[in-house]
Amino acid sequence: MTDVPVRRAGTRASWIFRPRVRSAIIQILLVALVALIGWYIFRTTRQNIAAQRLVTGFDFFWVESGFSISQTLIPFNENNTYARAFLVGLLNTLFVSALGVILATGIGFLVGIGRLSQNWIISRLCGAYVEVIRNLPLLFQILFWYLAVLTALPVPRQSISIFNEIFVNNRGITVPKFVFGEGGGLVFGAAAVGVLLALIVSWLARSRTIATGKLVQVWPINLALVLGLPLVCFFYFGVSISIDQPVLKGFNFVGGLRIIPEFLALLIALATYTAAFIAEIVRAGILAVPRGQTEAASALGLRRSKVLRLVVVPQALRVIVPPLTSQYLNLIKNSSLAVSIGYPDLVSVFAGTTLNNTGQAIEILGITMLVYLCISLVISLAMNIYNRRIALKER
Amino acid sequence: MKRLSFVFSLVVSVAFIGAAHAGTLDDVKARGSVLCGVSGGLAGFSQPDDKGNWTGIDVDFCRALAAAIFDDPTKVKFLPLTAKDRFTALQSREIDVLSRNTTWTSSRDTSLGLNFVGVVYYDAQGFMVRKAAKVSSALELSNTTVCVQSGTTTQLNLGDYFRSNNMKYEAVVFNTADEVIKAYESGRCDVFTTDVSQIYAERLKLSKPDDHMILPELISKEPLGPVVRHGDDQWFDIVKWVLFAMINAEEYDISQKTIEQRLKSDRPDVKRLLGIEGNYGEQLGLTNDWVVRIIRRVGNYGEIFDRNVGADSRLKIERGLNKLWSKGGIQYAPPVR
Amino acid sequence: MSAAFVREQTLPPRAAPFAATGAKAWVMQRLFATPRDIAMTVIGFAAFVLIAMPLIRFLFLDAVWRGENRDACAHVLTGACWPFVAAKFNQFIYGFYPLDQLWRPNIVFALGAVLLVPLAIPSAPLKRLNALLFFVVYPVVSFVLLTGGNLNPEHFILGYVIRLEDHVDFVWHGMRAAFWLDYAFSSLALSLAVALIGRVFGTPISTALKVMVGFFALLALLIAPTDADFGLSWVETREWGGLLVTLVVAVTGIVAALPIGILLALGRRSEMRLVRWASVAFIEFWRGVPLITVLFFATYMLPLFLPGGANIERLVRALIGVALFSGAYMAEVVRGGLAAVPKGQYESAAALGLGYWQTMLLIILPQALTNVIPGIVNNFIGLFKDTTLVQIVAILDLLGQIRSAFSDPNWASPTTLYTGFAFAGAIYFAFCFAMSRYSLFLERRAGASQLRMETNRT
Repeated sequence: MTDVPVRRAGTRASWIFRPRVRSAIIQILLVALVALIGWYIFRTTRQNIAAQRLVTGFDFFWVESGFSISQTLIPFNENNTYARAFLVGLLNTLFVSALGVILATGIGFLVGIGRLSQNWIISRLCGAYVEVIRNLPLLFQILFWYLAVLTALPVPRQSISIFNEIFVNNRGITVPKFVFGEGGGLVFGAAAVGVLLALIVSWLARSRTIATGKLVQVWPINLALVLGLPLVCFFYFGVSISIDQPVLKGFNFVGGLRIIPEFLALLIALATYTAAFIAEIVRAGILAVPRGQTEAASALGLRRSKVLRLVVVPQALRVIVPPLTSQYLNLIKNSSLAVSIGYPDLVSVFAGTTLNNTGQAIEILGITMLVYLCISLVISLAMNIYNRRIALKER
Repeated sequence: MKRLSFVFSLVVSVAFIGAAHAGTLDDVKARGSVLCGVSGGLAGFSQPDDKGNWTGIDVDFCRALAAAIFDDPTKVKFLPLTAKDRFTALQSREIDVLSRNTTWTSSRDTSLGLNFVGVVYYDAQGFMVRKAAKVSSALELSNTTVCVQSGTTTQLNLGDYFRSNNMKYEAVVFNTADEVIKAYESGRCDVFTTDVSQIYAERLKLSKPDDHMILPELISKEPLGPVVRHGDDQWFDIVKWVLFAMINAEEYDISQKTIEQRLKSDRPDVKRLLGIEGNYGEQLGLTNDWVVRIIRRVGNYGEIFDRNVGADSRLKIERGLNKLWSKGGIQYAPPVR
Repeated sequence: MSAAFVREQTLPPRAAPFAATGAKAWVMQRLFATPRDIAMTVIGFAAFVLIAMPLIRFLFLDAVWRGENRDACAHVLTGACWPFVAAKFNQFIYGFYPLDQLWRPNIVFALGAVLLVPLAIPSAPLKRLNALLFFVVYPVVSFVLLTGGNLNPEHFILGYVIRLEDHVDFVWHGMRAAFWLDYAFSSLALSLAVALIGRVFGTPISTALKVMVGFFALLALLIAPTDADFGLSWVETREWGGLLVTLVVAVTGIVAALPIGILLALGRRSEMRLVRWASVAFIEFWRGVPLITVLFFATYMLPLFLPGGANIERLVRALIGVALFSGAYMAEVVRGGLAAVPKGQYESAAALGLGYWQTMLLIILPQALTNVIPGIVNNFIGLFKDTTLVQIVAILDLLGQIRSAFSDPNWASPTTLYTGFAFAGAIYFAFCFAMSRYSLFLERRAGASQLRMETNRT
């Protein structure tokens, strides 16, 4: 028998050993440490700024920028301020990201479903696509599309023309532009109203299907709403419409709508790259749906495409959506690689040109990071809400 | 000491809050070399060959600085920088002096925390186009696509010029000079624009340089010169006077060839410059024979100009504005006395 | 059991239905089942031929294999210009590392391969020693070999107060006695101080001293080789480039990310609210911003945060940014692993009387980390691909070197660009594909062992 020394309660265990006290001390120390580091950084930064006599503050926003931007969604010229340049960059980032998300989702679903195809050659091709694209750096792919594909196209004078309407050359793709005369706004308004009404009709029809079990054919109504309404408006008000055709004049095509190669390269690379990841997610999601579901749906006499659309994919979405969200976020963040090929996105215009001209690294990089953080937060939030809606409601 | 900068400095800097640093000259002497920020590859200004030997007028300026301090032009290390991060490198003490065809402007001189020491090369912005385009004046460039480097005065001058002449254009902006000339060569742009001296240099990179021509219009003033940080006046003075000394030496006809003979000269201004009379070198924190060192090891202003960008080089650029004031140019240096 | 309709014997097996077995059936089912399938097969095959044939022609059949400059490739429009890669090979792999010193990165590459291969094979012996060699000894050796070592630190802590170097100027193989005396005294003083503080929290002084002195002794073992003079010339990091930089950034990033990620993951699961919040904020910040802004931050803002005299080399600054960035991603991987450790493990550890750190270090983390090795490998693949971004802050990695070689007029030929892309693509693909296969293999193995455990349990 050996004596095990027993620590008696109350003798040495002073207040300092109570978990709550201890955790409080640790947390206070942590806060103190963070504050100390923060203070230290703040102090040295201020010293450095003072020593180098750097300019600080946000006044630069209202200074005339003096440069031009090759692609703008809102009018911009050299007389506009840096604030507007910031806005142009942000809109360009959002624009390429939005299109990229749509394209990537489309390609991703196709390839993901294709990988599970009965057809051997299709599933192999889709598999090869995923493996090749996933294992090459995105920047490599952006540069490849830009340098090896798009700038290798012919010069404007030797453009590849499609029906003499669309011109493809190393300055991008030029297409005819529709120009509406007086009342053009009304037509667009009607189109918007049509889309809205169509959405409401679809929703009503869906509720009815759920309530009564009867399928309602909505697409003729929706088609009439989306196309018919603007058309009626167009003829009723007699809106004039003209086509602005691109014409080769001097160095470049004048008129029409031009999509610059920097944008195309970035969009293609982002969409195909992200699609490869989405394809894997979709495949995993579909495989996660029990086989019995497919078999039961087939037993009910649904065709394979309908089995996918009505039975498998809705269930797979529950598995697919969370990782899909992070892929969308990745795509938006990756759009910042635009800076490597000169597409005027937020990083290129703001954290690039504006930073160079003003030299205010702290303010500009801070704002840039904050913008991306906000976009990330908003999208995570939206996707969380959507996720909650499609989550399995257990009854 | 010399290798302290690596990882340890991080530990050290955290451990030793608020470290005071010595003056740049002391740092340079302790390190045993001048850290000089240059352009990554611009023929005539700064370019490394296959073996890593640098040549160019910007490079020679840093060599002259090293010669004045150490009497040894090899005691200088070159750090290639892009247009984008050249100022950060100076601000963050990565380099002691920036000698990278940098245009002197008021905002750079004030709000970036920099000091321009003078003008090594009076330049101007121009345009290069394909000969096949059959353009003879920049005023015919309406509705063109222009390739330009981001973060340069060039980009802003371009905007000014087209704006004031009511011409439309599309600017395609890239980060590095290499990307710009590559995009121009691939046909992405009709026009390549930058400082004329740089156009001459970049043109050598094209596979068929003779298919391209430089338009006569010059659209801006681009005084290119070395830059130092705000806040170290002694270092500022040294760099400034090394440049002035080289210009003065040319004016007094002191060159690598003539130096030994000119040392015997009776002219008081030559005697002062060469440190035979007075202690002007020591006043700067150098030795009195500082100019002798510069001339012997590197040469005077005219020599480095001719050797790198002028008549004796591949670029063959006219001296033009960069002639001495006494010969019809505007290169002029205050006297040493 | 005498119902007449119940069959007593099983029926003899019937032959498989027509066209359900054999090559022909496979072809019929998998390629030509329906008219739509036939169409898809034809289109798919056509796509394959259209991609593969020009690729094979470009890479092999029409390629130029020998030559000195662009003249060799000037006439070829559909074939690769391999002499271009051969001429620039050293630059692509080592950047501008001094030519007479190339044996140093070569040793680092070889040593890495020799240590990594047995580490990656699950059945290879001496795992613990191997891991120690790879994660601790190898980085130090590589650092000394690549940079040249001989850092010659001047002060540790006390040295800033008492200038020992004025009194002691003894130097042994590049190691200065003044610094090491400073180190010894400083670490002893620090250990004592920590031990005294620990005393308040009830840790016996001897234990605390043992831990602290042990820590400093290990640290000294790491510092000493970097201080010693092995006669290697100093190679500055801006002379590094190519694949060397790609690997240095990726490997340093992942090795530094591990401890950061583990700490953050533990913090995120901590019961202390402020610790949890701080960890979440840190993780979500780095995960919410693009890597390129992090690199800009490291290049343009970090210098402003450091006191005037401190100047960190560009590559090191980028490494700091990459480490923080990938640390946040690593934290999420580790968190997944921590969540997968059954609750019983925590309870058993508590029942044994283990404290927090003992529980974590001895019980939880070993299990959690083993579970997430595939996740770590996937993280590494991502980081490896992301290293290409350093070229945007003017550090020339493999892709950056290749891109800058495009503008060499000596090699301006119609296919130089495509050749460069083919070479870069092949290297990146080989690395990433191999790693992703390895990660898959680990996942399958883990899945199999999981399955085995589960079947055993039932």
